[in-house]
Amino acid sequence: MMLHVEQIYKNFGGITALDGCTLSIEKGRITALIGPNGSGKSTLFNIISRLLKEDSGKISFNGQDITTSDEVQVARQGISRTFQDVRLFRNLTIQQHLEIALSDEDEFLLKSLNKKTDHDQKIKEILHLVRLHKPLQTLATDLSYGQRKLLDLAIAMAKPHSLLMLDEPVAGINPQLRQEIKEILRTLHQQGETVLLIEHDMNFVMDLAGYIYVLDAGKVIAHGEPRKIQQNPNVLAAYLGE
Amino acid sequence: MSYWIHILILVGIYLILAVSLNLALGYTGLLNLGHVAFFGLGAYTSVLLTDAGVHFIVAFLAAGLVASLFGLGLVLITRKLKGDYLALATLSFHFVIYSLLLNWVSLTRGPLGIAGIAKPSFFGFSITSNTAYLFFVSSIALITIVIIYKIVSSPFGRLLQATRDDELGLRVLGKNTTKLKAKAMMLSAFFAGIAGSLFAHYITYIEPNSFTLTEIILVLTIVIVGGLASIKGTLAATFIIIAIPELLRFVAIPSAIVGPSRQILYALILLMILLYRPRGLFGRIDLT
Repeated sequence: MMLHVEQIYKNFGGITALDGCTLSIEKGRITALIGPNGSGKSTLFNIISRLLKEDSGKISFNGQDITTSDEVQVARQGISRTFQDVRLFRNLTIQQHLEIALSDEDEFLLKSLNKKTDHDQKIKEILHLVRLHKPLQTLATDLSYGQRKLLDLAIAMAKPHSLLMLDEPVAGINPQLRQEIKEILRTLHQQGETVLLIEHDMNFVMDLAGYIYVLDAGKVIAHGEPRKIQQNPNVLAAYLGE
Repeated sequence: MSYWIHILILVGIYLILAVSLNLALGYTGLLNLGHVAFFGLGAYTSVLLTDAGVHFIVAFLAAGLVASLFGLGLVLITRKLKGDYLALATLSFHFVIYSLLLNWVSLTRGPLGIAGIAKPSFFGFSITSNTAYLFFVSSIALITIVIIYKIVSSPFGRLLQATRDDELGLRVLGKNTTKLKAKAMMLSAFFAGIAGSLFAHYITYIEPNSFTLTEIILVLTIVIVGGLASIKGTLAATFIIIAIPELLRFVAIPSAIVGPSRQILYALILLMILLYRPRGLFGRIDLT
């Protein structure tokens, strides 16, 4: 098991966001986290990537307890994530974004001054995979929303990782691009990537995910393969409002 | 002519001060209003050490190092603050240092200041003439610009700019932004410190009032007029802000009005830039 989340509780000023949430992510599988708005999906994402601290519970990643780690440490341990709202460095170019994601020694000033980076081939491959065909020197601010989503995905893929966490990867983009991202994720799956994603588009999730966890009011109310989840009465009641 | 040499020496000193502030503010996004405190710390360190018989070169480097250490302290204390809050905290730091210089009389002579500061001498040369001092300051300014340019153009500089644009986005990529900011602030403070040393040994008299809020506004104006994250802009703006107002001296207006007129001119230049060219002369990023 790559990631195991056990009995996570989180309150925000008396409001329960996560209420004993437990789940496991298997290596090499696309796992989806679904649930109505406010069910605690993003909170759980933020806790796994250590942007938030849980009130209680335990998280282990690749066999190591990460509950005492911060966001920088878990990123270095191999968790790569995107955000619901695309986060890019608006005054940097596409190439600079990917160079940052690929390099791990840039923080050392003296080494960095004489460093010749040679990530051109890798950058080309990643951009080809995400189908972002823009000049490398294009600034992030000059990209359309869809292109920013693709660059965001490219950065998360470029960063050395063993778990890729995607927060609503196709939210707010057109159907054609949605289809393209679906195909990109399929390719990643074929390459053995482990993906945990949050998505509201049910067709997208059902087509892509190998396993689904359904959250409602901070609790996992169902989990299993997509076909089983579609027929689960609890899920229909909570998620679809039936 | 000698007057213009004096102005060019000041341009050189303020250029080092402004370009080092741009490293912290323009490239790293640290709204540091305590930069002039580093300038003052450098000036006093250098003067006190040379007075104690320390070689100028050692005192000059120590000026940068002491400022740098205070820079590290400042960034560690304020590491959780951003934007306006950071600006207020760094402004408080300025006042703390100012009060220290003013009240630690046994060390700094307080409001009396330190007079008769020796001109620099090293390797058998004594820089006594203004022309020689101009050459010395220009060389240090050039070295500063080359070093800062090398830093901001390196992969490390790229990380500083990413910290400015989205610190959280960079942290989830596994980059320790606290260390990055600390290094940027230390480098920025180092160059402000050596600018302080150059200033003290040129003017030959320093007092706490040499390092007040007015200086911060002046240096900040240079950086904003030149443009954030632009060394070329800082270079141009230093000449515009330091040298051009001096032309007022040659205008037939009463000498009592020259000083205030210069302040009005600074304000006008800043206002024009903010209204019509918010990125400054050569800036690449918005002030926000």
